[in-house]
Amino acid sequence: MTVLNLVIFLPLAGTLALLVLPRLGERAAGAFWITVTALDLALVLVLWATYGGGMDHETRVRWIPSVNASYHVGVDGLSLPMLALTSLLFLVCAVYSLGRGRAFAALFLFLQSVCLGLFSALDLLLFFVFFDLSIVGMYFVIAGWGHGDRLRSALKFFLYTFLGSLALLLGFIGLYLGSEPHTFDIVDLTAEPPLKDSPGTAALVLLAVGIGLAVKTPTVPVHTWLPPAHTDAPAAGSAILAGVLLKMGVYGMLRIAMPMLPEAWRRYAGVILVIGLVGAVYGALVALAQENVKRMIAYTSVSHMGYIVLGLGAAGMAGDAAAHRLAVAGGVTQMVSHGLLTGALFLLSGVFYDRAGAYDMGRYGGIARNAPVFAGLTAIAAFGAFGLPGLSGFIAEFQIFTGTIGGGGTATAVAGALALPGILLTAALFLRMLHRTMLGGPGPDTGRVTDLRAAETTAVVPLLALSLLIGIAPRFLLDVIEPASAVLVSLVSR
Amino acid sequence: MSGALGWALPALPTVAGGLLAVGGRRADRPAPAVAVAVAAVTAGLAVAAALLRPSVEAPMLAGLPVGMAVDGMSSVLVVTVSAVTLAVLVFAAGEMPPSARFHGLMLVFSGAMLVTVTATDLLLLLMAWEVMGAMSYALIGFWWREDGRVRSADTAFLTTRTGDLGLYLAAGAAFAGAGTLSLDGLEATAGPWRNVVAAGLLAAALGKSAQLPFSFWLSRAMAGPSPVSALLHSATMVAAGAYLLLRTQPLLAATGWAAPAAAWAGAATALLLGTVALAQSDLKQLLAASTSAQLGFMVLAAGTGAVAGGTAHLVAHAAVKSLLFLVAGAWLAALGTKDLGRLHGVARRHPFVGAMFTVGALALAGIPPLSLWITKDTVLDAALRTSWPLYAVGLAATVLSAAYAAKAMLLVWLPADDETSATTRAISPLEKAPLPPLALVAAGFGLVVVFWTPWHRLVGGPPEPPPALTGLAASAVLVLMTFSWAVRRYVRGSLQPVVMTGPRWASSTAVNWLHLERAVSAVIVRPVLALAGALARFDDRIVDGAVRASAAAALRASSPVARRIEAGVDGAVHAIAASGIRAAAFSVRRAESPVDSVVRGVGSAARRLGRLARRPQTGQVHIYYVQAVVLLFALAAVLVLLG
Repeated sequence: MTVLNLVIFLPLAGTLALLVLPRLGERAAGAFWITVTALDLALVLVLWATYGGGMDHETRVRWIPSVNASYHVGVDGLSLPMLALTSLLFLVCAVYSLGRGRAFAALFLFLQSVCLGLFSALDLLLFFVFFDLSIVGMYFVIAGWGHGDRLRSALKFFLYTFLGSLALLLGFIGLYLGSEPHTFDIVDLTAEPPLKDSPGTAALVLLAVGIGLAVKTPTVPVHTWLPPAHTDAPAAGSAILAGVLLKMGVYGMLRIAMPMLPEAWRRYAGVILVIGLVGAVYGALVALAQENVKRMIAYTSVSHMGYIVLGLGAAGMAGDAAAHRLAVAGGVTQMVSHGLLTGALFLLSGVFYDRAGAYDMGRYGGIARNAPVFAGLTAIAAFGAFGLPGLSGFIAEFQIFTGTIGGGGTATAVAGALALPGILLTAALFLRMLHRTMLGGPGPDTGRVTDLRAAETTAVVPLLALSLLIGIAPRFLLDVIEPASAVLVSLVSR
Repeated sequence: MSGALGWALPALPTVAGGLLAVGGRRADRPAPAVAVAVAAVTAGLAVAAALLRPSVEAPMLAGLPVGMAVDGMSSVLVVTVSAVTLAVLVFAAGEMPPSARFHGLMLVFSGAMLVTVTATDLLLLLMAWEVMGAMSYALIGFWWREDGRVRSADTAFLTTRTGDLGLYLAAGAAFAGAGTLSLDGLEATAGPWRNVVAAGLLAAALGKSAQLPFSFWLSRAMAGPSPVSALLHSATMVAAGAYLLLRTQPLLAATGWAAPAAAWAGAATALLLGTVALAQSDLKQLLAASTSAQLGFMVLAAGTGAVAGGTAHLVAHAAVKSLLFLVAGAWLAALGTKDLGRLHGVARRHPFVGAMFTVGALALAGIPPLSLWITKDTVLDAALRTSWPLYAVGLAATVLSAAYAAKAMLLVWLPADDETSATTRAISPLEKAPLPPLALVAAGFGLVVVFWTPWHRLVGGPPEPPPALTGLAASAVLVLMTFSWAVRRYVRGSLQPVVMTGPRWASSTAVNWLHLERAVSAVIVRPVLALAGALARFDDRIVDGAVRASAAAALRASSPVARRIEAGVDGAVHAIAASGIRAAAFSVRRAESPVDSVVRGVGSAARRLGRLARRPQTGQVHIYYVQAVVLLFALAAVLVLLG
């Protein structure tokens, strides 16, 4: 049992333990949950410390030999940051959700194993299984512990992303059929890209894979499942949905679509670029018009994912390889940064509901008076989310913009320049949110908002501290990401 | 040693300020003393850095390290920034109630400015530049309980960030054209990219320096406490834009169009914001508009290659403007009011600070032999060498500065109509202490002309003769005539109404800062908000509506089928799952066809979903689910046929 397998299955073992130990009280279950997630994070740190570059910590076990599918996992510079982010977010969610009960803890531990498995998977079928299980797990989080119109939102989330995953599966089958010999193995498919001689089929397969990943990411126009899912999910569920599950879409592009279909990716890079651009600006504009804090943050996620797609599109256009590497590294940094900052924002916005049962900005104002810590942390997270230097969002977006604008071509430069107003709009909408909730005169529900409890502060502060660290001294993260992004760029340019 | 100094100089105020700002209420009491101590040490470090010229570099992004270096121009700037910061924080220790948040933010603000003026690359410059903007937001909105002040902070931040987008664009273009973000040698950027770099830098600098068309944010910035205005209007924030253009003057000159564009933007701002200043009856608004106008001279300097002259003007103006804002703040605090109308005659009751204010106002007017007379003339000289219309506009702006400075001075000296404005408290020694040194620099910095050659060598820039005597004499005569005319006019008449004669619309335009904010609101802000609202409705009704409609249509189409299977849907689900399993088992035996794997995948998915689908008993899940499975089968069949 290697460390990686332990990382993946330790939370699942936690789930089983919680299920077979029904006598465990709520407090004990919470403590157990925190212990397991903390241990898992420690294991990920071991993984990080012992990471030797390239694809490392690999395990390959025969699974369905008839179709060349295996239990194949491993980590590289793309997956390692995702594993670290996932285990950190699940840990802070455990801290934040103290007292939610045994079933909640068991479900989250299950979901954690699924997410860690997805980011380690080196086999398309394995990836798909985890991809679908994440949908199932999140469905129950929303349907079981959400609020408002939770059943409807959960159902919409489930059906929308599940239909997307069917397209994804279709694409995977296409990759399988196109490979010679037929295989689902990601490493093999990356080494020998399938469908090299049939560009038409490759385009169709990219379309199928792209649709599946686009729904999950989500990109405009297949994003409308996201706002209701976020609005009605519990705070920890939203943090995981935004922080981890959304990354699966982009991660799939990095891990599967780009390296396995390089020609098709390059041919349709312009389309991808435009999808990213539209998402970045459209998401920010729609977010600007929201009255509900959580819906607003959900739309900013659409915008933030748009920047990543923009950068990945730019990486497929003709141009300078150094710029492409910068854009891809920026995209991966954005995945981490968005996980930290939007995770923090969703945990913080949960406080509104917890205290006063509403997310409408109009009901608040001047919260900083009675809840200075809540207001201060929200302000830091908001400034980070709109890309203020000193926090991680800037490091991510600067790389994406410089890599996109600086690619050397006119089309990418124009697309990058057109996406720039997105960060201005995002600043405007977050300042508006801060003004209407935290600052100014009080609203009808302001009096009910008490300051953060110890568990809430403990959950949010590490996320923001890490964002600050990445914002000021990002080398520790970029040293892992940059080699992987260089490899990916060379794979795409084949 | 020198490396440590290079890091310590900006790190000390930034880290100390950051810790203070998050220190909470416990840190309130010691905050002013800590802030002054940190600022004093920082000023010492700045002097040391000016002498030792440290240079540091650190890896940041792939192939894009960041660095700071104190060269000649930077050494002038770091000393100016840290000295003015110290003066302002000493004043604030006397004027503001102790607040860790306030003093901490001020320190971070000055730390960001120190990084801005020492950064050797666009990446670090942009980082410090935007952090400074964010700190200005937090400081302008310091009294956050009042909605109006928060709105002002929002406006100021978003306006300057609009310009900041230019820096992002410039960084991308520099990367494309030069492969590096180094500030040195931007003029060598290849091809059309050089134009993009210049345009981006120009936009960012005009925004930060409150030049046209961005000037209005400076009016809004008055919502902050007086020490904030004193810092923001003098050595930091607005000065950053002028500094950037002076620093990148070779780039502006190399493009052929950016230098004249900067020169004209600066000259136009000096002239038009001069009229705005003259039209104000509110002292702080007058001073704010004059900041824009005076910064215009520095931008003009960058456009005409007067790097040494522009830098001298920057330093002298920093002393003059911080002095004037500190005195204004002291009076407002002493009067216990924010009503600026009550400042009339206030200098009579505070003759010492009144005298200090007078030195500042005379310098601002450009009265010989005070500093701004000479430094401004170095800029006008360069303008004359470039083109005479530019010089004419600059000269007209000089006349206006004499007029508005006279107005500011008389506003505080002329007796008030009513004698109600009694002071409620004395001006503390801490508030007075920083005034004389600032007044000394404001009066005497013109001496730089005596040491012109070493100054020019220190600051750098293209060849630049010292100001010609004819030019100095011409501006001296004009300024003295205007000043005395204005004094006589104000003494004879009242300060109200506005001295400007001319059509009503003209004076109303000047009073309202050229209606810039209203124009931006009408042309940009409101349309964008309307678009956002429209898109949000579009997103709800059309994008999501299409999803809902197709779901409903699918539901209707399948309802006959659904009715039939509804009763036994669980059975159907099971049947599908079971058939999947059977097929899978079959495929394991046969173990060749790719179709088998599909079937297997579907089988296991179906089983999983079968369990899931029974959970929320809405009745519809089953139907959706069956559709999904059918769809999957159909698509898989198509694919297999194609393959």
